[in-house]
Amino acid sequence: MECQECHQRPASLHYTQVINGHKTEIQICEVCAKEKGYMTYPEEGYSLHNLLTGLFNFDSNHVGSPNNPLKKEKELECTKCGLTLTQFKQIGKFGCGECYHAFSSSLNPIFRRVHSGNTEHRGKIPKRKGGSLHLKKQIATYKSQLQDLIINEEFEQAAVVRDKIKDLENKITEAGDSK
Amino acid sequence: MTLERFMNEAISPWMREEGPDHDIVLSSRIRLARNFADMPFPILAEQKDLEDIRTFFKEEYEHQSFGEYTNFEFISIRDLTAIEKSVLVEKHLISPFLAKREGAAAALISENEQVSVMINEEDHIRIQVYFPGLQLTKTLNRALEFDDWIEEKVNYAFDESRGFLTSCPTNVGTGMRASVMMHLPALAMTKQINRMMPAINQLGLVVRGIYGEGSEALGNIFQISNQITLGKAEEHIIEDLESVVQQLIEHERKARTRILEQSGIELENRIFRSYGVLQYSRIIESKEAARCLSNVRLGIDLGIIKNVSRNILNELMVLTQPGFLQHYAKKTLTAKERDILRASLIRERLQIEE
Repeated sequence: MECQECHQRPASLHYTQVINGHKTEIQICEVCAKEKGYMTYPEEGYSLHNLLTGLFNFDSNHVGSPNNPLKKEKELECTKCGLTLTQFKQIGKFGCGECYHAFSSSLNPIFRRVHSGNTEHRGKIPKRKGGSLHLKKQIATYKSQLQDLIINEEFEQAAVVRDKIKDLENKITEAGDSK
Repeated sequence: MTLERFMNEAISPWMREEGPDHDIVLSSRIRLARNFADMPFPILAEQKDLEDIRTFFKEEYEHQSFGEYTNFEFISIRDLTAIEKSVLVEKHLISPFLAKREGAAAALISENEQVSVMINEEDHIRIQVYFPGLQLTKTLNRALEFDDWIEEKVNYAFDESRGFLTSCPTNVGTGMRASVMMHLPALAMTKQINRMMPAINQLGLVVRGIYGEGSEALGNIFQISNQITLGKAEEHIIEDLESVVQQLIEHERKARTRILEQSGIELENRIFRSYGVLQYSRIIESKEAARCLSNVRLGIDLGIIKNVSRNILNELMVLTQPGFLQHYAKKTLTAKERDILRASLIRERLQIEE
């Protein structure tokens, strides 16, 4: 059967239109269907951005349904750049560093999705700005080691680790004094 | 204008050196995303703030050097013509996104083109370091040292628990994207690459075409990079990437040997036909050129084609991109005119080799 619009290509689509109870059958090819607006195609390509925005809005279906709007969510706004949580979820981008604090309560699920379950940074600490952060992290590691050693009653080892912690703590106070 | 130096050669000076596994891995790259603390990210920043950042970089780093990365050139995107912008994108010195940004977008590029810093891209600062072949650890170390050098003067947006703060949540933490550019003709020919992709994705890595997100694997060149930036140390991210790349190299080598053994004459036919097309075409589209270049490069790697340098692939892939062709012609060209010029440049380039 040929397309009833162009009478050239074979009709590959069959539509049934019902207007006010009046039924019309349409035999049409894909090209004409597109032109006449019988078919709508989404914008070509699906960018990473669309995908991300989709990811961030994961809770809108259950929690923020029209009957039960989450008022609190609407009020969350970054005091520094003025971006709201809703806007953040729409554009998928933060406005400034402060946004990370402002939206902190909502970020973990997003980070978990994007970074396969991770929410805490474990990489580089900036040399200058990080300051005593390196030492603090080291102390935390030693302290958990110390706990284990005490539980296992390895007191000699524990004493060594305890001294290491003291050394590092002294370093931090020294650095603080010199500033 | 000093910009000329970046515009005239299709391949960057560092690409002339052969790195480890250079028969398959073209280059390793590390990109670090950083932002100034106390300033909105470029998407929301006031024009004045972005201008300040631009001026800061111009005043502090123009013509400065860091180790072997000497004499940084400062380039304002707004001073470039459309053709110049495409050339820098085609050489991977700036991103397509930076090229499209108006206003205070800028770039610092080292003389050997191994390091570039994009200013006011999606983040205030994006550092890129390249090395030839598979050298991720070395590339990472250089990038981190360079990062320390910038940090001496810049207060980074950093948070104890979230790490380096970036405009897009997909970059937070290390702010690092490590990527490896690979030529995988045998895996593409046998369609093995399509079967391997889901597995690679599951490891938190992503496979893309030569010009990044959404681009095709022109010339069988694939870019493998990490997706996850939060919760893993830089070295570990790189270890994971490296191990997958090593496996891909092994599979590619095996596939090459198998094709050569099982259908040697067909492969040879394909390679020489491509070589012929490149040598004699008068009109050639970029896709066909890329496909033929990939085959010729494979021929060189397998010793089937001799006396042609391996660089021919990297060099001609870039040289035959629209921006470069138009830069060469010194005017805008129609698609047809480009196809003609492309064919003629390839012919010339191959004659030099003979």
